[in-house]
Amino acid sequence: MIWQQLESLYGSYPLALRGLGMTALLSLIALAGGTLIGFGLGILRTAGNRVLAGIIGGWVDLIRGTPFLVQIFIVFFILPELGLELDAFSAGIVALVNLNACFICEIVVAGIDSVPKGQVEAALASGLARWQRMRLVVLPQAMRVVLPPLVGQYVLLVKDSSVVSAIGLTDLTRVGWLVVQRVPNGLLVFFLVGVGYFIVCYPLILLARRLEARLGAGQGEVQL
Amino acid sequence: MLENFSFRTIGEYLPLFGQGLVTTVWLSVVSFAGALLVGIVLCALNLQRSRPLRAPAKAYIDIIRSTPLLVQLYFLYFGLPRLGIILPEFVVGVLALSLNSGAYVAEIVRAGILSIPRGQVEAAIASGMTYRQRMRLVILPQAFKVTIPPLLSQAIVLVKDSALLSLISVAELTRAGQLLASDRFMPAEGFLTVAAFYLLLYYCLKGVAALSGRWLGLRPARGRA
Repeated sequence: MIWQQLESLYGSYPLALRGLGMTALLSLIALAGGTLIGFGLGILRTAGNRVLAGIIGGWVDLIRGTPFLVQIFIVFFILPELGLELDAFSAGIVALVNLNACFICEIVVAGIDSVPKGQVEAALASGLARWQRMRLVVLPQAMRVVLPPLVGQYVLLVKDSSVVSAIGLTDLTRVGWLVVQRVPNGLLVFFLVGVGYFIVCYPLILLARRLEARLGAGQGEVQL
Repeated sequence: MLENFSFRTIGEYLPLFGQGLVTTVWLSVVSFAGALLVGIVLCALNLQRSRPLRAPAKAYIDIIRSTPLLVQLYFLYFGLPRLGIILPEFVVGVLALSLNSGAYVAEIVRAGILSIPRGQVEAAIASGMTYRQRMRLVILPQAFKVTIPPLLSQAIVLVKDSALLSLISVAELTRAGQLLASDRFMPAEGFLTVAAFYLLLYYCLKGVAALSGRWLGLRPARGRA
């Protein structure tokens, strides 16, 4: 019986591949965009401008305080009313990039704050310009704190990308939803969908753990 | 533009939003209780020396953390009837949230217990305490304090995750917004109101977290040199 069902699922193979491709594409764009914008926001937020820091902090709080599903609905259904027509794919990308930029901003801020003040003062005394201080002194040391949660955030990103299926994007989760209407075996179908995500996320989780162990251990040794 | 944003329609739908809010709070509370239960059991298994007890707990935590909640939710929603188990959507949703959050709670509790300095345990052993006494009198009271802030963060995550239950048509807060959006073609009124209610819950929980932090801070600091 299970054999028969596997056979009927085999027909959905091209659809599943498309879904996998969509999930991968969404995740990659959100990863690149979120990381870039997130670092930018994080650096701006710690740059010392109170108004700017307040605006960024407020926005991050708004995004952290609402469910991602609601954010997607807002981007997809409300932005058109403001004259910004987006198809499902662009709406999904906008929502995902925004979400990840906000979380990564928090991670970067925590990392920058963890760098001892003396480091910045020493850099100032050495006559380094603002951007040089950031690039050569602060960021390299902040990365030690930033990296493990950043990889953890990438895991969340891949998982969160499943929510865009709610606005009809044919990602891996949506494919499962479509297939289960035809092959009524939810256990098997969503087990396979879960395997798809697991293959991507589990190595990332292991990487995050490794980074945490290695970089965390390093922090204890080098005391400045 | 949003110049005809209708507060009146929101007013008309306010009872529905109220019901949704109550449902969201209620199912979050039940799910969080379930998550604590699942998490503590998992953590207890995970801290055992014997491998046959530890391995399944570890595998469960890894599997849950590596797959999206939405997939887990659909797995139960479409899968349970297959096993002849027919449950109301609400129960399926609470089950999914509890099983999902439980894995994260287990990690939080574990981190809390492992954060107790080794010397504390050694001192307890030197004082002739049994394993149970050590756990009850030395480790757990200290671990409890450490776990409160991350547990509250997890509660915030859980409340937000509960929005996904609208996709299996549980009549919670997000669902109320969806109804307004589709009945009256007013997505702005629907989803912005929903977002506002979630923000309310978020700031309440954040306030509790800040208060608990201050309250815990009043207690003597942990045993660090």
